[in-house]
Amino acid sequence: MLEIRFHGRGGQGAVTASEMLARAAFEEGNDVQSFPMYGVERRGAPVTAFTRIDSKAVRNKAQIHEPDIVIVMDMALLDAVNVTAGLKPGGKIILNTSKSLDTINMGVDNPVYGVDASAIAVEHRLGSRVAPIVNTAILGAVVRATGVVKIETLLDVVRNDAPAKKEENVKATKQAYDEVRGGDIE
Amino acid sequence: MSKTVIVSGNFAAAYGAKLSRAAVVAAYPITPQTEVVEKIASLVADGEMDAQFVKVESEHSAMAACIAASNAGARAFTASSAHGLTLMHELLIWAAGARLPVVMVNINRAMGPPWSVWADHHDALAQKGTGQLQFFCESNQEVLDSVIMAYKICEGSDIMMPAMVVEDAFILSHTKEPVEIYDQELVDEFLPPYNPEYKLDVNRPFGFGSLGMPDWYMDFRYKMAEAMDKAVDRVEEVNKKFKEVFGRDHGGLIEEYKTDGVDVLIFTMGSISSTSKDVIDELRAEGHNIGLARLRTYRPFPAEKLRELTRNVNVVGVLDRSYTFGHMGDSAGEIKAALYGHKDLILKNYIVGLGGRDLTPKILKNIMLDTLSLQDKELDEEVEWVDLRINQERWRR
Repeated sequence: MLEIRFHGRGGQGAVTASEMLARAAFEEGNDVQSFPMYGVERRGAPVTAFTRIDSKAVRNKAQIHEPDIVIVMDMALLDAVNVTAGLKPGGKIILNTSKSLDTINMGVDNPVYGVDASAIAVEHRLGSRVAPIVNTAILGAVVRATGVVKIETLLDVVRNDAPAKKEENVKATKQAYDEVRGGDIE
Repeated sequence: MSKTVIVSGNFAAAYGAKLSRAAVVAAYPITPQTEVVEKIASLVADGEMDAQFVKVESEHSAMAACIAASNAGARAFTASSAHGLTLMHELLIWAAGARLPVVMVNINRAMGPPWSVWADHHDALAQKGTGQLQFFCESNQEVLDSVIMAYKICEGSDIMMPAMVVEDAFILSHTKEPVEIYDQELVDEFLPPYNPEYKLDVNRPFGFGSLGMPDWYMDFRYKMAEAMDKAVDRVEEVNKKFKEVFGRDHGGLIEEYKTDGVDVLIFTMGSISSTSKDVIDELRAEGHNIGLARLRTYRPFPAEKLRELTRNVNVVGVLDRSYTFGHMGDSAGEIKAALYGHKDLILKNYIVGLGGRDLTPKILKNIMLDTLSLQDKELDEEVEWVDLRINQERWRR
């Protein structure tokens, strides 16, 4: 069982990201579950979404308290939310950041990855310059960093499920996949 | 061709109504049920669902519209939650008395105050005496399947009672899981068109809902009680038939999970049953002889099945995701009443997860270990509230 937690802000597409990742894992033959932290979805407010992936039936209906992967879609959340709470030893952290990873201290020993998903989203005109929709870009980085699904599977899901600007979203996903740095990626 | 999609419990409910060819849908939106209404409205607007969507000003009116539609011979559907459901109360009783097989989905939400939109069975259990059949679901697939089965059960000429399919707020309603959407032709074969013997028809006039003098009223009520008794067998028959056609078995009255020859049995309802199955596997791997019984059908209450199931069991733990302010949790009280005079066993009731409080595998395991410990020691408390702020340390460790 792989348990993934997304931290974002209302409007960034964290809930959709958790669904798209579930969908991609399902296409590869897994059972999946995707859900938001209940009842707090407002534009700009911190949003948490979850994905469970397993080759066996996913029966656990509790929230995810000890994730294998944590994704942070807005670095300003680090001041408000304990994003690494319960993260398993060795569990990967993927950040949307324009900064060099050497300058970031997450306060834990876990491997950290970073990609400038906001810049990629702006480049492909996803959302606005002040409020880019970074979900498809961050997913490209997640897939490269974790290998949770094949990038081809994810790109197919993005192409099918993106509610608008399908090709732009596909390009953003691919670009983030190529540009993500950290951990074992040279 | 059937297809598997990843959808919420609310979408599963909407697809259940669509596949059942509900002809009239009247509903009023309320969190966390709103998506059911939105989805059906868009299916109707897009021409994908051939139904009359009636916008109403309250849940009371929603059920009133369903009653009228059903009385006119149309298959009727609605959905609600918590305060909406309780506003509907009068009409739930009316639909049953009028012997109308209206099917609704209730998304279990806690009652305020304090305001809460999260999972709790109090709203549905407060309607247990209205004459609705009640089916508590543990997965989104089961929500869809139960809507189809509910029509099949309720429209039987010797049943003719309304039903409520129940799913937990957010845990099912807003969680996306793979759900198979069946081929319409297959559902049509399983569920033929609704064709009641008596309906509103200007060419064949009858009186409906008239006065029942004291020398008649009681006999009408007796007929309803008889129908509920017959529904016990009907639930099992329809469940069996459903399995033959669609290949899925949700358990009919009570779903048994690894109950063969167990010493200790845990009773659950709704989505916590699903998580509990993982915990049962873990405990069995550790050598404990424990099984799970999921109360799927709460009305009619499966008393006979319960007695069979507990024949060789000595200790029972009952989890209630609600408190209905009696002397114990609702299902624990029902189970005790059904067993009294038939079986003497130790029963401990756990009040859990009210207002959406999360039930982790760890907490559920601690509950089951507590139940297991009653094999060798005296019953400490008949009813215990689990994971309160004052006792969290014990249950979360």
